[in-house]
Amino acid sequence: MADATHFAGIDLGSAFTKAVVITGDGEVVGRHVERTGISFETNADKVFDGALNEAGLTRAQVKAVGATGVGRRNCAFATVVKPEIGCFAKGVFFHQRGLCVVIDIGGQDNKIIRVTAQGQQDFFKMNRKCAAGTGAFLEEISFKLAVPQPEMNARASRATKVVSIGSYCTVFSATEIIHHIREGHDVDAIFRGVYESVVKRVLEMAPITDTAVLAGGAIATNPVLVDLFREKLKVPVVVPPSPQTLGALGAALYARDGAASDDTDA
Amino acid sequence: MTKAAKTRTSEEISVGEIRATNELKRILKDAFQGFFPKEGPAPKVAWCTSVGPAELLIAMGFKVYYPENHGALLGATRLANEYMGAANALGYSPDICSYLTADVGAFLQHQTPLTKAYGIPGVPKPDVLVYNTNQCREVQDWFMFYARHFKVPAFGVISPNMVNELEPSQIDYCAAQLKDLSFALGKIAGATLDHDRLAEVVELSRQTSVLWGEFLDFGRHKPAPMTFFDGCIQMAPAVVLRGTKPAVDYYRLLNDELRAHVARNDAAVKGETVRLYWEGMPLWGKLRYFSETLGGMGANAVASTYCNSWVFDDFDAKDPFRSMARAYTEIFINRSEAKKEELMKAMLERFEIDGVIYHDAKTCPHNSNSRFGMPQRLSAATGIPHLVMNGDLCDLRCFSEEQTTTSLEAFVEQLKERN
Ligand code: SF4
Repeated sequence: MADATHFAGIDLGSAFTKAVVITGDGEVVGRHVERTGISFETNADKVFDGALNEAGLTRAQVKAVGATGVGRRNCAFATVVKPEIGCFAKGVFFHQRGLCVVIDIGGQDNKIIRVTAQGQQDFFKMNRKCAAGTGAFLEEISFKLAVPQPEMNARASRATKVVSIGSYCTVFSATEIIHHIREGHDVDAIFRGVYESVVKRVLEMAPITDTAVLAGGAIATNPVLVDLFREKLKVPVVVPPSPQTLGALGAALYARDGAASDDTDA
Repeated sequence: MTKAAKTRTSEEISVGEIRATNELKRILKDAFQGFFPKEGPAPKVAWCTSVGPAELLIAMGFKVYYPENHGALLGATRLANEYMGAANALGYSPDICSYLTADVGAFLQHQTPLTKAYGIPGVPKPDVLVYNTNQCREVQDWFMFYARHFKVPAFGVISPNMVNELEPSQIDYCAAQLKDLSFALGKIAGATLDHDRLAEVVELSRQTSVLWGEFLDFGRHKPAPMTFFDGCIQMAPAVVLRGTKPAVDYYRLLNDELRAHVARNDAAVKGETVRLYWEGMPLWGKLRYFSETLGGMGANAVASTYCNSWVFDDFDAKDPFRSMARAYTEIFINRSEAKKEELMKAMLERFEIDGVIYHDAKTCPHNSNSRFGMPQRLSAATGIPHLVMNGDLCDLRCFSEEQTTTSLEAFVEQLKERN
């Protein structure tokens, strides 16, 4: 395949499937995101083709494809399969050199990954088995209150006060929010409290003592989270380009570097 | 595009291939069938906690049954979740020991995997229940449930907790309780304690313990000939048959087999590249999942706190009561945080460990050592990375396989990059 000069990465997450197509230098030339829904396989094809379309390329021009994320084993056309934490580290290192801590707020779980100055992941932590503090929590609240996330985000951004949400569980939080609404609290302040609770859950996971790099779909859709992290953290807070596709970028970079799969049953 | 090269499949991972296991099944079957002899009188039965004074009970003529072993069996057969709801409904919270809730739940529903495993009609009825609070207070409430149900006495050895260095006064305190217990048990057994017999049983426990420790030490070999998950199966005699000859004979047989493996450099995990330490309890219903997932990545959990908890250094036939008091009070679970860290550090060095997995078991805080900063302190002191993983001994509602796989893969990958 003489003209296969590009590489692709597919991140098959629980909520969204993401694809990027890169050049040999790592420049992203195509990107596509879809809701994961009920078929990883169909979606992997769809996002891959979407990203190729944006790049104006065909599959034949792609030399290798890396797959990552919860559905990585369902990506039939992947040439390399890598766990998502390593992909995040690699994707972040591409943009951010020097010791940093990745905060990924995903659809189903949160991750904290420390990446060394050499680009190696040397510590990570995932949230406990609970939706509170994850993208799923924001989706649930948005659905319950019938307020789309962009509107929730806008209202939280302009809030001048915060109504704190203290519960540890998504169901309890929803009840708590209803209680505050019933009590007549300012709804914008309640929304800010919702986002603040996400940030609090993340900061409870591990101390963040180095530059924080924010990643994940929740960050991309809810920029108020970035403001809140900047408010709460004493370290620089960086948002890399396209925080939602960093895992896919890492997978593409692994494919480019000719990595071997090191999955259990890939 | 060429397809990704496959990594090793489960068939290529040789975990759990220990031949002696057939003999293990036989001696366990014998032991359980012994509760229901075809001829002669039924034995007096004492229920005992896993680190309770079994030697005393055996010496007094009781046949000893261990409810915790039943809990583990319910977990391993994945029946626990079917039964624990009945105990929850009775007011035994889903947040307390899932051995307890699974065992009590199964009992309330007249179910036991012992029938299928060993062909016995049910759980043997107790004449007496004996617990030791050296591991937790839950065992007391657990045994009291049965004491009320069967209307039989329950006796407890109340141990000093969170022991740093064991003081002579603490040994005296526990030894005195054991002596008192022998009088109380005498009334139920209809006999007084035969001190020679006690010395004999204590000696058998000592031998069992030494041999079990020898088995676990094979994990020091590189590559290790067995895994922690093998240990979880092979530990049964050390727990439920200590103080008996079959346990001693079995470990001699097992260790001979392992010695031959070591001589041939046989690896339980082919291409062992990462050596892990398992802190905390096994997830009984997921032993295969863990051994295959880790094994598939060339990672072997070569040592653990859990399996080592049945290596007792102190049994002494010349001083049965005090040595039992010492052995049972000195167990890892009953030590101070500082002592636990010291013991762990020694283990990490001894087994040349690359990384530590802490299992935070939802329903057993006592066996979950990741809740007071120990992983962070030990990693800082030794430079050995750790992973804290959420799960449970029996309650699979507290376990996410997908999330765990992601963590394990990332952790092993991180360790490989360091090596
Ligand atoms: S130590 Fe933990 S698992 Fe064992 S009986 Fe006590 S609470 Fe249950």
